[in-house]
This record gives sequence, structure tokens and C-alpha cells, in this order.
Amino acid sequence: MSEIPGLFNYWVVVFLMMAGFYVVISQGNLVKKLVGLGLFQASVFILYITMGNLSGGQAPIVSQGVFIYSNPLPHVLILTAIVVGVATTAVGLALVVRIHEAYGTVEEDEIHARDMADDESLFEENRDGEESGR
Amino acid sequence: MTLLDHLPILVVIIPLLTAPLCVLVERPRLVWGLALVSAWLSFAAAIALALSVAASGTLTYQLGGWPPPWGIEYRIDTLASFVLMIVTAMAALVMLFAKESVVREIPEQRISRFYAAMMLAFAGLVGIVATGDAFNIFVFLEISSLASYALISMGKDRRALNAAFQYLVMGTIGATFILIGIGFLYMMTGTLNIQDLAMRLPDVADTRTVRAGFAFLTVGIGLKLALFPLHLWLPNAYTYAPSVVTAFLAATATKVAVYVLLRFLLNVFGIDFSLGRMPLEYLLIPLGLVGVLSASLVAIYQVEVKRLLAYSSVAQIGYMVLGIGLATTTGITATILHLFNHALMKGALFIALGAVAYRLGSTGIGDFAGLGRRMPWTMAAIVAGGLSLIGVPPTVGFVSKWYLVQATLERDLWPVALLILLGSILALIYVWKLVEAAWFRHPPAETDVREAPLSMLVPLWALVIANVYFGLDTGISVGLARSAAAALTGGGG
Repeated sequence: MSEIPGLFNYWVVVFLMMAGFYVVISQGNLVKKLVGLGLFQASVFILYITMGNLSGGQAPIVSQGVFIYSNPLPHVLILTAIVVGVATTAVGLALVVRIHEAYGTVEEDEIHARDMADDESLFEENRDGEESGR
Repeated sequence: MTLLDHLPILVVIIPLLTAPLCVLVERPRLVWGLALVSAWLSFAAAIALALSVAASGTLTYQLGGWPPPWGIEYRIDTLASFVLMIVTAMAALVMLFAKESVVREIPEQRISRFYAAMMLAFAGLVGIVATGDAFNIFVFLEISSLASYALISMGKDRRALNAAFQYLVMGTIGATFILIGIGFLYMMTGTLNIQDLAMRLPDVADTRTVRAGFAFLTVGIGLKLALFPLHLWLPNAYTYAPSVVTAFLAATATKVAVYVLLRFLLNVFGIDFSLGRMPLEYLLIPLGLVGVLSASLVAIYQVEVKRLLAYSSVAQIGYMVLGIGLATTTGITATILHLFNHALMKGALFIALGAVAYRLGSTGIGDFAGLGRRMPWTMAAIVAGGLSLIGVPPTVGFVSKWYLVQATLERDLWPVALLILLGSILALIYVWKLVEAAWFRHPPAETDVREAPLSMLVPLWALVIANVYFGLDTGISVGLARSAAAALTGGGG
């Protein structure tokens, strides 16, 4: 099992990814869902950063006496992905704010209950409409 | 370099730069004009590109003059030019329709930002198609997705917010899966360029990393595609979004996702790997069929017409996936054709629904009673679009179904062919529901509903005529689809 320390980062990635995914699925609170989503995305950032690192590699700035550099490309890619993640969280939170304004709650089951109540009244209306249409 | 050499980037950059301009200008009419001009310019560029690709083969463009392994490359081949034309044409037509519909459905102070988000979503979709770089696909995917979450949330009903949030969660998971998949491929090959990936992947194809990357990419794209059973975000998103957004997304977004799936499965991994050595065929064919049948069945029971058509979209995606799963040139041809045809018919149907929403304010099936006499042109367009959806001969729907059935028979899968026909019968039932309500029921006594304004009828009937024209003259669409499919199955693999 000597591989475990070498693969430590990957274990962390898998743990964070599954934890985040689980939070997204299991939590009914929309803000908590976004937290889980953030965790899920962060795990992928670590995955990319880890794959760019070489054992013994230095930061990729040319300097004398250094021959092994880390691969900067995955790091740069993840910079873009972090920006995307921030934007996603921002849009998500903005939506939560508007959901709270419209429904007065950010709990998924309460939102569903209110929608169901709306649906029933809509169904009644439609039936009335159809009957008078005939 | 002349302007012509820059066409591959112009298609993307015109709408991308229009977006901030829209926010700065702020005057609703002017913003609409800007968006319209930019969509049509982009369409013109896409036509010029398609002509040039047809004349002289694949075009490449190096961003900032950096050659491919280092810089980002834009690459327009036959498939890309075909999909670019579809997306830009739909955007151009939807923009015509948007003028009146947006004024009715979006509060005035939000109109400029609405168009800005439209342009961003459009630029993202076009970018996905134009780029030849795997990571760039992810970035453009997120640009278009983030913009569409915002667009969907602008629907009048408060449920639009919840629909947008659901889509955001599922879309982000899908995009992150795609990101993981691309990361795994980069790990094994050290490149992000699609051509390079295709060249280097066969050497390392038998590693667990590549297989895991393949799985992540397929599921991630499947989420974006609304492949059954990953389609749960789609019906709500389409139902509660503003009419313009529904028409635009239904005609373009899922089509681009199908394009991404084709690109990755057939170009990057190659047909031998993805449909030969990986058991994807046993996944795509059943899922496609279950998608077709279950979504069509659910569609029959809907009372909200927008939702009915949204479920029908899930079913149509089933046909496209089925074509890919068949793994033959004919099957892929059918997929690409259906991609084009479905854009035409769903574009027409959702624009017609937008016209109904404009006059009546809602699109429940009860509201359709007697509309055939009040809005004859709009309802005639719905009938034409519906016939195309079923696949009745003089329309485009027939052409793609024909090729799909042919592809299944080539592989001796006649039960699949029968199930496809069953799907058409189910489509007949839900389309009939609409037709019956519109033409055979009496309208409520006192209504002053009139025909939709001309600015809506023009794009609507342009699409209806295209539905019939490309159904009769199949030379252009079938020719392009066939050569694109041949390149994907032969050249790419």
C-alpha cells in the first residue's frame, strides 16, 4: 500500500467529489445545494492542479540550476475553470435570492408544495375552460 | 489577410461583442436592432464559411497566430459548417420573432440585459461548434449555459426560477463531468487539440484513465443533451422560459450538444473505440428507444402545450441518439439530418406557440379551443410543424425518419424499426390533440383574439416553408449530412 501517500491528492479529490455530489443530491436547502456544487467543482480543480505537478518540480519560472518544472498548462486551465465556478455560484445565488423573494422560502419541498397547490388551481381553470369551450 | 480569412472567428466574435454593447445601449428598440443585425451578420458569415468549406475543404484558423499545439485552433469542417448554419439561421429567425414577443413578456428595464444574455448564449453555442480545442468547448459550453440559466429565470411564472435553478445544478454537474473527462484525456495525451487527441489516443486507448474519461464525457454530454434518463431539467426549463428563449434553445442548444457528442465519440475517440470496443451501442440504442416512447407517452397527457412540445423534444433527442448508437454511416447521416430537421420543426412550433402566448397570454390546451378560426396562419403553421414531427411525407420529418429506419434495417434490427414507427404513432396522437382543439372546438363566445403580428408570421412561415422545401428537395441537407457522416465514420476513426 505504498501507493497511498503518492496518490494522496487523488484520494482527496475522490472524497471531496463524492461528498459534494452527495450534498447536492441529499440536501433540500438550495443554498446548501450550491455549497455542495462548489465542493464538487473544487475537487476537479485539485485534480487538474495535481496532474500538472511533477515530483521535485519547481514553479515554472525559468531560473538557473533548475531543470524540472511543473507543467503550467493545467494550472492555467483551472484558472479559467475557477472563474467559471465563481460565475456559476454567483448566478446560482442570484437565483436563490429571487426564489426567496417569490416563494418566501429556500427549502425545496416547500417550493414543491406551493407549486402543487398552484397546479391544482390551474387544472381546475383548464377544465372549466374546456367545458365552456364545447 | 482579408476579412474572409477571419470568418471562423467572426461568426463567434460578432455576437460576443454585441452582448456588452446591448447593456451599454439600454434603449429597448435599439438593442433589439443591434441583436438582430448581429445575428444576421453571423448567419451571413456562416453561409460564407459553408460555401468556402464546400469549395475548398476544412478551414482552420489560429487564434492570435499561434500554431495549433500551443494556440487554440478553430476548425470548420463539413459537419461544423452545417451545424453553424443551423444555429445562426435559427438565431436570426428567432430575433425577428423576438421584437414583439419580448416587449410583451419581459419588463422594460430588463430588455437590454435580456438581449445581452441572448447574445452570450448564442456566442457560446456558435463557439462550441467553431472551436477545435477540447478545453475551449468546455469554456463556451459554460458561457452559453450560464446565459441560458439567466434567460430561463426571466419567465413570467415564478416556477421559471426553480426550473432555472434545477437546470443550473444539473448543467453544472454535466459540465464538470466534461471537465473531468477532458482532464483525463489530457493526462494521457498531453494535448487539448481535437486533431492531436484523435491522433494520440489510439496508442493509449486501453488504459483505465482513457476509459474513465470516456465515461465521464459521455455522461456529462448526456446531461447537456437531455438524453433519457438525464432529461429531467428540460421540460420545466422549456415550459417556464419566455417564448423567445424556448424557441431559441429548443432549436439550437440540444442540437449543439448532439454535435459535441458526435465530435467526442467519433472524432476524438474514433468510431472503433467508442462504438466498437466500448459497449456504448447497448446503452444508446435502448436509451434512445425508451426516451422516444416514454417521452411521447408523457407528452400525450400534458395540458400545457409548451410542456407537451418539451417532452416531444426529449423524444426527438432519442431518435438522434439512436442514430449514433447504430454506428453506421447511414445511422450517423440520419442523426445529423434529424438535428437539422428537428431545429426546423421545433423552431416553427415554438415560435407559433410564442405567437399564441402573445395574443392569449397563456398556452394551455384549453386556450387553443377554436383558435383555428381566430389565428388561421399560426394554427396552419402548427399543423405543418406537427406533421413534420410525426414524419408525414412532404415534410422534413419524413426524410430523417426514412434514413433512420433504413439504418436500422441495414443492421437487421427490425424490432427497432417497428418501435420507431410506434413513436411516430404516439406523435400523431399528441399532435392530433392540438389540431382537434384548434380546429374542431368552438371558441369561447366573446373573444377579440386576432392573427399574430406580421413580424411573427414571417419567421414562422419561413420555417414552415423550409420544413416542406427540405422535405421535397433533399439534395442539400442529405448531401451535407452524408458527407459529414462519412468524414466522421471514415476519416476520424
